[in-house]
Amino acid sequence: MTGSTERRFNHPMKKMPKLAVWKFTSCDGCQLSLLDCEDELLLLAEQIDIAYFMEASSRQIDGPYDLSIVEGSITTTDEAERIQQIRQQSQILITIGACASSGGIQALRNFADVKEFTSLIYAKPEYIATLKTSSAISDHVQVDFVLQGCPINKTQLLEVLSAYLNQRKPQIPAHSVCMECKLRGNICVMVAHGTPCMGPVTHAGCGAICPAYNRGCYGCFGPKENPNSASLSHWWQTELGSDKATLLENFRNMNAAAPAFATQSLKFIEADHEKK
Amino acid sequence: MKARSATSFILPSDKLNSLIHSLQQAGYQVVGPVIVDQAIIYDQIKSADDLPQGWTDEQEAGRYRLKRRQDAAYFGFNVGPNSWKKYLQLPRRQVWQAHKTADGIEIEPVNAAITPLAFLGVRSCELHAIAIQDRVFLSGEYHNEDYKQRRQSIFTVAVNCTQAAATCFCTSMNTGPAVSLPCDLEITEIINDNEHYFLLRSGSEKGQLILQQLPVTPATSAHQQQEKTAINQAEKQMSVGPRVFDSSDLQALLYRNYENPLWSDIAQRCLSCANCTMVCPTCFCSSVEDTTDLSGDHAERWEQWDSCFTADFSYIHGGSVRPDTRSRYRQWMTHKLATWHEQFNTSGCVGCGRCIAWCPVGIDITEEIVRFQESDTP
Ligand code: SF4
Ligand code: SF4
Ligand code: SF4
Ligand code: SF4
Ligand code: SF4
Repeated sequence: MTGSTERRFNHPMKKMPKLAVWKFTSCDGCQLSLLDCEDELLLLAEQIDIAYFMEASSRQIDGPYDLSIVEGSITTTDEAERIQQIRQQSQILITIGACASSGGIQALRNFADVKEFTSLIYAKPEYIATLKTSSAISDHVQVDFVLQGCPINKTQLLEVLSAYLNQRKPQIPAHSVCMECKLRGNICVMVAHGTPCMGPVTHAGCGAICPAYNRGCYGCFGPKENPNSASLSHWWQTELGSDKATLLENFRNMNAAAPAFATQSLKFIEADHEKK
Repeated sequence: MKARSATSFILPSDKLNSLIHSLQQAGYQVVGPVIVDQAIIYDQIKSADDLPQGWTDEQEAGRYRLKRRQDAAYFGFNVGPNSWKKYLQLPRRQVWQAHKTADGIEIEPVNAAITPLAFLGVRSCELHAIAIQDRVFLSGEYHNEDYKQRRQSIFTVAVNCTQAAATCFCTSMNTGPAVSLPCDLEITEIINDNEHYFLLRSGSEKGQLILQQLPVTPATSAHQQQEKTAINQAEKQMSVGPRVFDSSDLQALLYRNYENPLWSDIAQRCLSCANCTMVCPTCFCSSVEDTTDLSGDHAERWEQWDSCFTADFSYIHGGSVRPDTRSRYRQWMTHKLATWHEQFNTSGCVGCGRCIAWCPVGIDITEEIVRFQESDTP
């Protein structure tokens, strides 16, 4: 899904919709953002029946569910099956975080040989049953709303939930971090300090935290709509003198497998091979 | 340069605080240039010590650096990432809030208290930018009340530019470097071998009242000559180089070139990041966002700066009218330089150069204009 414009909730609404929160391959950080909502969590519990949320309670009510929130990426055959079952039981399915939206940091394996990794790390690599790639939930099932971020911003999560409960469009703009940067009054670290910054290709949502502390954005919210990674990295190389390591560490982190970033990082590798 | 009829006065540079204090005494909060995170922005000024004395800004496409000056000039730089619009059309503000009541909903407008502000160090291009925003928000049938309230209470201390940044092109847009629109006080900073002083002129009754309180002496014709020479220097800096072009026919030029392949070439470089519109002192677009809380009993409407570089900006039922960067950049440039004339009878560009310096990949509106002129077949 591209652009917040396409995303709108208009489902039939029940008195107490049933919510389930699911975990796949992930660090739990995004689910923690939900737990971190403390005060609002009580309000939420008045509006929604939290039927399945292992991180918060051992209570497990069977599906179907009105709303499923999914964290994590698909890295095993079991997970690939489980997400199908969850989709079948869920009227609306929302994914949260970089793992679910693009495969997460564990998608670095997509650029390498996973067998080699397992043989280096595990004493008995034959016990490891894992897929060659880590993939986004939307590669497997239809997703109704993608909330990006690593971790997600809890205010944005509450906005999505409020929008769901009130059957309206979530106010989650898909534009650049630069817009948040300027609205916040930050000084541009790229222009004024010469620091490489991913803000111009990165999805807004964090409130431009890194530039506010004089650091370049490293793209943890993943690509914005209509990103131009090629032009940005060209400028870094020609005007800021960025080396391959800088380019790779920015385009290959928690959103490495997002197409707009992956295509670009593969180009760096290709260019490097050509040089050799 | 316009004729200077009003009487000029001299204020020694070490008495600059008297101006700031008089404005404060008159009930204004003084805002002006200060250094934050290696850039000169506009913020609150308590005394002349807060000003970026002895600093200048070196600017190029996609690049801005502060440098030490050889002298102790207070206004020896040009424009930075901020413009005065941040005080007149707030980047973000709440418009109203609403509550569910027993018999419907109740809407309460949110009216923030407005502090009268004195803008210290408004450049000529910036006076033009404010005048352009005035046309947008205050003329015609619909007014922006919040803008109106804020605008009414400001005091402007304009500064003549005696140097230009490499990104400045006010001479091409006929908006500077000499102050050419009304302001409350007009000042010129003069530094030579043995003197450092300000030339002052009042431009309004409010300005006259402040001027009367300052420890000034009448200016001689020699002082006025020095002023002229200083402003000419800025003009001369802009008379050569890539940013000199004829702006008289831009409207027809752009309309003729709607399908020029140059737009696609720019789109290869443009990030559609919106920085150019955020820093532009005339860009006036905003969006309103309505949100509810979890219970749905409380709702809020917020207004914030928006940009034609986003997909949401041109969204109508079924999709975005400008889905790609090519159409977004074309909208931006054509609005600034062409359709703005039809809408508001003026150009939407004052030649301040902010969009050039603060574009993260250094896309230069003047360079692109010249490329259109060169590839144009009328
Ligand atoms: S600091 Fe980064 S996010 Fe902020 S405006 Fe500059 S490039 Fe954009
Ligand atoms: S500025 Fe970039 S890296 Fe930093 S928190 Fe925001 S999206 Fe993540
Ligand atoms: S150029 Fe774009 S952002 Fe600026 S006023 Fe025009 S439409 Fe609005
Ligand atoms: S378009 Fe660029 S140069 Fe013109 S007024 Fe806006 S920021 Fe200044
Ligand atoms: S012209 Fe520059 S600042 Fe404007 S949207 Fe394109 S890349 Fe961003």
